Amino acid sequence: MEKLIDLGKYIEIGINKLEKNFSGLWEAIDGVISWTVDSMNDVLLGIPFYIIIAFVALGAYYANAGKSAFKIEGLKKGAGLAVFAVFGLLLIFAMGYWEESIQTTTLVIVSTLIALLFGVPLGIVAARSTTADVIIRPILDLMQTMPAFVYLIPAIFFFSVGNTPGVVATVIFSLPPAVRLTSLGIRNVAEDVIEAGRAFGATERQILFKIQLPLAKPTILAGINQVILLALSMVVIASMVGAKGLGSIVYQGIQQNDIAKGFESGLGIVILAIILDRTTQAIAKKK
Amino acid sequence: MEEKRKIKIKVEDLTLIFGKRKQEALALLEKGISKEEILKKTKCTVGVNKVSFEIKEGEIFVIMGLSGSGKSTLIRCLNRLNEPTSGKVFFDDHDITRETNKELLETRRTQMSMVFQKFGLLPHRTILENAAFGLEIRGDEKQEREEKALQALETVGLKGYEYQYPSEMSGGMQQRVGLARALANDPEVLLMDEAFSALDPLIKSDMQDELLAIQNKLQKTIVFITHDLDEAMKIGDRIAIMKDGVVEQIGTAEDILTGPATEYVEAFVNKVDRKTIITAESLMFKKITLVQIAKDGPKGSIRKMRDIGVDILPVEDEKRRFLGYVWLRDLLELEKEKEMSIEKALKKNVPSVYKSYSVEDMLPLIIGTKYPLAVIEEDTGKLLGLISQTSLIIEATRFEKEEISELKERANEM
Repeated sequence: MEKLIDLGKYIEIGINKLEKNFSGLWEAIDGVISWTVDSMNDVLLGIPFYIIIAFVALGAYYANAGKSAFKIEGLKKGAGLAVFAVFGLLLIFAMGYWEESIQTTTLVIVSTLIALLFGVPLGIVAARSTTADVIIRPILDLMQTMPAFVYLIPAIFFFSVGNTPGVVATVIFSLPPAVRLTSLGIRNVAEDVIEAGRAFGATERQILFKIQLPLAKPTILAGINQVILLALSMVVIASMVGAKGLGSIVYQGIQQNDIAKGFESGLGIVILAIILDRTTQAIAKKK
Repeated sequence: MEEKRKIKIKVEDLTLIFGKRKQEALALLEKGISKEEILKKTKCTVGVNKVSFEIKEGEIFVIMGLSGSGKSTLIRCLNRLNEPTSGKVFFDDHDITRETNKELLETRRTQMSMVFQKFGLLPHRTILENAAFGLEIRGDEKQEREEKALQALETVGLKGYEYQYPSEMSGGMQQRVGLARALANDPEVLLMDEAFSALDPLIKSDMQDELLAIQNKLQKTIVFITHDLDEAMKIGDRIAIMKDGVVEQIGTAEDILTGPATEYVEAFVNKVDRKTIITAESLMFKKITLVQIAKDGPKGSIRKMRDIGVDILPVEDEKRRFLGYVWLRDLLELEKEKEMSIEKALKKNVPSVYKSYSVEDMLPLIIGTKYPLAVIEEDTGKLLGLISQTSLIIEATRFEKEEISELKERANEM
């Protein structure tokens, strides 16, 4: 069919202009992200695997057991995930995908941190101003409904191939729940508590930091959990633009029709997902 | 003495209109157009309609009204949680409605604290941190604010609960925390918005007693909002009754019970348990004829009785102290015996009360006696007035006089 409007063309022109006019900015972003991802990978890979496994297992245990970490009760709550983490990570190591798992984890952590860096403040703005909310909401809808692959195109365009376009596409894809749940958490803080704050002479700033954010914390943490899982779900797609990690093994498995590779790397992603999800969920549920 | 107290808060012509076209609505209101008309024309609701009153220092001033009467809106005008559309609120001599935002924050931080119906506690903070919240907001040092908060918690009877969380406490205890938080700031004025309305009746009554005890000690100026007239009567020094944004009547509990200003107030007070509020002072018959034991002999006393057509009169001594009663038939006996003094006819063991006694206090005193209750002055023993048994029963039962005599007749027939 013949095109009546060539909307894509205009977008392309716009993106081209952005690329040319802000090339310094893109380089700087690329530099920061690449450096962060590489050095984090180097540090984590420099630590013996058994220490990392022990550390993750203890973290998972403590997140679930909380204050009763040294009681029988705590053992019941936390032991399950800790044992799973130990065996799961050992399995990954034994399958020979330790390095890729670390790379994937780094990618998820860096993307999540960037998403939160932008998402939480945007959520606060959206909660406090109806105008901002009206503007931000449809953009988030767009970001979530647009197929994730689409983000790869401009990401490559600005940052060529490697970890950076992977991180950028992951950030865009996983940002919405951080904004939404921060905004929701703040809006759901009971009006009477805020009124009490006002009555005692609290400034808007004090209301935000002493009342709204602490009370919204569980919801914001649930948002962080969502961000992490979405970021993890992007790793295979990110690998298509050259991001390293388990995702790229999956991708290889698909290309080479290698069932063994595909299964092992897929299983590795599931193990990471379970550990990250259960641990962050436990943190979110705690008071 | 009461009247000499300083005026702490003065509200002048305070009006608050909700909606977008406030000024338009205000102009219509000035012209005397009704609330309903204004709502139709401008889609604005008049929440508070030209209210004026004064609250004295150390007074518990209750604003009472049903939901939608504008009472909660009104109390929020005092600390400008609601911005008044017109009118003034004077705190001491300075107008709160003209304060800048900075001054307003300062007023809220140091001079007025508020207690809320739904407590408004922070669930993620301990009781101590909650009680110290107001102090934290205004920037007191940690140690200082914890000391003050601890003291406030002790005042409301929550010592030992400092490190618990609000969710671990009952409603009554949570509201004690709310009260402690307000007291910790040591404000001059406490604003209490339906503070006890969410509590169980028994706990509510406890909290009212507690508040009165605290008030006895601290002598704050308290503005208390309630929809419960019994509560208003119990704790209020003075009560303002609101309806549709207008104050219908302001007065003491007794003023309002004995002289309701409008039909609305009257309908309200009919439901109140008057026994605990009506006092001897308002029930007593004051124009009494007395027999003086030193001056009036039997003859003179009999004449006095015949003049006003009674068969019993109270007796006082030369220092005007109340002694008891004499009956006509006893005096007639004495007259026959040519006795010069009425001493022998004097009935001394008779019930007497002070003017502050309530109907509830007085009712038991009429058991097994046929005398009226003598109301005497506390320090001088002087007779102030008499209360007939019938009027006491009328007050207690709300029966009319005719109904009581009818009931009596029926009982006699049985």
